[in-house]
Amino acid sequence: MGYYHGILLLVGIFITLTLSLNLINGFCGQFSLGHAGFWGAGAYASAVYSVFYALPLPAPVNMLIAIAVGFIAAAICGLIIGIPCLRLRGDYLAIATLGFGEIVRISIMNTEMVGGPRGFINIPHLANIWWVFAVAFVIALFMFNLKRSAFGRAIISIREDEIAAENMGVNLFNSKLFSFTIGAGIAGIAGALFAHTQQFLHPSNFNFMWSVIILVMVILGGQGSVTGSIIGAVILTIVPEALRYAGGTVAEWRMTIFPVLLIILMMAKPEGLFGAHEISFRKRSEG
Amino acid sequence: MKLKGLPHKFLACLMTLIISNSLYSAETLKVGVVSPITGATATFGQENVNGIKLAYEKIKKAGGKKFDLIIEDDKSDAIESTTATRKLINIDKISAMIGEPTSSLALASAPIVQEAKIPFITPTATNAKVTQVGDYISRACFTDDFQGVVMAKFAVNTLKKKKGLVLIENTSDYSKGLAKSFTDEFLKMGGKMASTEELTYAAKDTDFQSLMRKVKRANPDFIFVPGYYVEVGLIIKQARALGINVPFLGGDGWDSPKLFEIAGPAVKGSYISNHFAPDDKDPVVQNFVKDYKKVYGVNPGGFAALGYDALGIMNAAIQKAKSTKPADINAVLVATKDYPGVTGKITFDANRNPKKAAVVLEAKENGFVFHSKVNP
Amino acid sequence: MSQNFIYFLWDCLQYFINGIAQGSLYAMVALGYTMVYGIIRLVNFAHGEFLMIGAMCGFYALRAHLPMPAAILVAMLSSGIIAIAVERLVYRPIRKSGRIPALITAIGTSLFFQYFGQLVFGADPKTIPPFIDEKIYNLGEINVSNVQIAIFCITLFVLLFLFWLTHYTKVGKAMRAVSFNLPAAELMGINTNKIISFTFFLGAALAGLGGMLMGYTMSVEPMMGMNLGTKAFVAAVVGGIGIIPGAALGGFIIGIAENLVAGLYKSSFRDAVSFFILILILLVKPSGILGKNMKEKV
Repeated sequence: MGYYHGILLLVGIFITLTLSLNLINGFCGQFSLGHAGFWGAGAYASAVYSVFYALPLPAPVNMLIAIAVGFIAAAICGLIIGIPCLRLRGDYLAIATLGFGEIVRISIMNTEMVGGPRGFINIPHLANIWWVFAVAFVIALFMFNLKRSAFGRAIISIREDEIAAENMGVNLFNSKLFSFTIGAGIAGIAGALFAHTQQFLHPSNFNFMWSVIILVMVILGGQGSVTGSIIGAVILTIVPEALRYAGGTVAEWRMTIFPVLLIILMMAKPEGLFGAHEISFRKRSEG
Repeated sequence: MKLKGLPHKFLACLMTLIISNSLYSAETLKVGVVSPITGATATFGQENVNGIKLAYEKIKKAGGKKFDLIIEDDKSDAIESTTATRKLINIDKISAMIGEPTSSLALASAPIVQEAKIPFITPTATNAKVTQVGDYISRACFTDDFQGVVMAKFAVNTLKKKKGLVLIENTSDYSKGLAKSFTDEFLKMGGKMASTEELTYAAKDTDFQSLMRKVKRANPDFIFVPGYYVEVGLIIKQARALGINVPFLGGDGWDSPKLFEIAGPAVKGSYISNHFAPDDKDPVVQNFVKDYKKVYGVNPGGFAALGYDALGIMNAAIQKAKSTKPADINAVLVATKDYPGVTGKITFDANRNPKKAAVVLEAKENGFVFHSKVNP
Repeated sequence: MSQNFIYFLWDCLQYFINGIAQGSLYAMVALGYTMVYGIIRLVNFAHGEFLMIGAMCGFYALRAHLPMPAAILVAMLSSGIIAIAVERLVYRPIRKSGRIPALITAIGTSLFFQYFGQLVFGADPKTIPPFIDEKIYNLGEINVSNVQIAIFCITLFVLLFLFWLTHYTKVGKAMRAVSFNLPAAELMGINTNKIISFTFFLGAALAGLGGMLMGYTMSVEPMMGMNLGTKAFVAAVVGGIGIIPGAALGGFIIGIAENLVAGLYKSSFRDAVSFFILILILLVKPSGILGKNMKEKV
């Protein structure tokens, strides 16, 4: 696998991940800082399936099953964390999910079966770039349609004003739980794709830092904007790589430049590049 | 298809813009380095890179075939590590690579290098699985298995201690592997464990009082701690404060002057196995230590020494190879024999692991001194 | 009763004592968190980094052969000044933009200082000697060191000081007013920007002090703030964020729980337990142990 190929693959996986977080954060307005935990849960669960319990089926079928396993594992995690925590708001939810993400990572570190701190090696190469982009495409379509559906609008109304939404007959808890669980599940799908393209998993891939990066991808593109999420994921996967080429000093300092750019973005355009809008030839607003 | 085309276009535009000016000199031979310069394991990576840079300066002065050195940071992260490796292979078109110093990240990038058939030598990844990835993967250090055996023999034969205790850092594969090979050999030689309970701690722990209570009750003759110096320093300090006065034994993870800063005089009387001794009278070692001190102002540790040797071995292979093709370099590399490294005379076995002596160091007031040499 | 059971009881007592000593440090850091949150409702992720900077500056002050008290002063002042600068340059412009941009900015600031620290100070851990010579007292199976006792006393003193400050001084009363209702406080003629700067300074100075006291168990390295900062935040939330005694209480709870888990089970679950407690507390009483429940108004 070549360098561009590798980056393109990451771009595809991050598009799926960003879209999944956008469902939770952008659509529903719930704040998650533990998204990498769901990603990791899906990645490890699907890899456990294809390494230890794989059925004697053709590779594409097994990949589909692995994706399903990833989805279910992460969605269950989402449900477990969602039921108690979704009563919390704003910063509290952020910290609770942060804690959850760390608990997932620590549990993986302490599980000998999946390699613990050494990492999980020899995962079969079941997926490729076509899988990754096909999934990203399907998820993006799903998000577009959800955004226009009655249920999607109900979720978006929660973001705008919870009390008003409740008065309009939106079941707050169920809607929140739905977006949280499905969002987590989609992150699990991204995890399954990640595991079966990289063929190597390491607990450090699923730490707080990556949760932040995914969140920043959502914010950069604009919360609630599907096309924005895609562009956010593309930019934030490529820019840190691009900084490698900017010459000695910049390359050395790229990890300090990145947060500075982030702060400047937040000051200049706190709603992200696109706000809740979609890129379109006709200007229209949604949500 | 509109959605799918978008990232492609973006990627293509950005990349061509940025990279077009870095594709100029395709002719010079290039050696890539991936090391954690920032992130959780940066303290090892920075020292490792220091050693590599020092070796590179020396090689440049010596003449012979020239090559460029390209160093990439991987933030101690597996995704970054694989991306950086791919960048070195596909964009910079490196002919040889000095790999990640930690075992887990070396395991992440080794399959990529193996697939591209680029000779790869990791300075300090001691886990046995690394070189099993394929015939292009080699290492400059001995494996954990060997080190554990060395210390078990040392405990039984030299110290004459039969009742031991092992403290494991269970967030580190290095620690677990070393603990296992030590325990196996120690029990085989007739030693006994002072406690049946597995005593563990985690990386970044700072408070070991509770662990030390268990140790004190087990009342061992010596304590083997295969960990890294930050936690080990605190463990020893807190153990001595509680009146545990038996000797501590350890591995190469202890090797840093920081250990003495953290633990102070409490380290005195401990023994470790290591790759080299800075006070070794061998002129190769003395020259290295002198040069390193001149450039960086501190004594080199094992990460620096092995980084230095890793590039040295690779350079020897490049000079001897009949062409600059990676396959030719690798053919010479895997046949490395009696390379006079800072960390001993290095000869690769059939699995591309070096056969070389380990040294046992004894901790004095303010540093390790050479105690004895153990041959494989 | 078997010998093992007696040992077990002694152990629990010992872990409890160690937990109080460690919890004192968490409490010290949590106080800063809680004050900043109380006043502008911002989760200051960079608080741990203020601690790191303080400890680093203290370390270099000691290396320049300053005596320990002077080094502690340097640590407190430097982290306080950095905090004021960060507040003025970064947080103040973003304050009006809403919570999520503010939180992202705080995370960005935190990351900036971490990586900046790794490149400027170097990634290798540095050691700060304990501020007094360590002596250990044995009481039966229990060991208590004089450093532990001193840290506990300093934390108590800081708590009393803060109580006096917030209740009996003009600036403290202003702080409380701002935290109660910022626009109203402004209307009453309080220079809110000054009060916010002061709060940042005070919180960061305490973090700097905490960083220096940590020489007792920890080494100082650029990434230390992350873990410590989140734990202190957890402590602040558990006790009831925005409430000064709550932060201290939360710090002790987290410290004790961590030591019990590390001692009786596995230390690799040390970090997990604080988050577990956090989730538990948030379920039972989202406003924290000492917090008052507030209904959102339409």
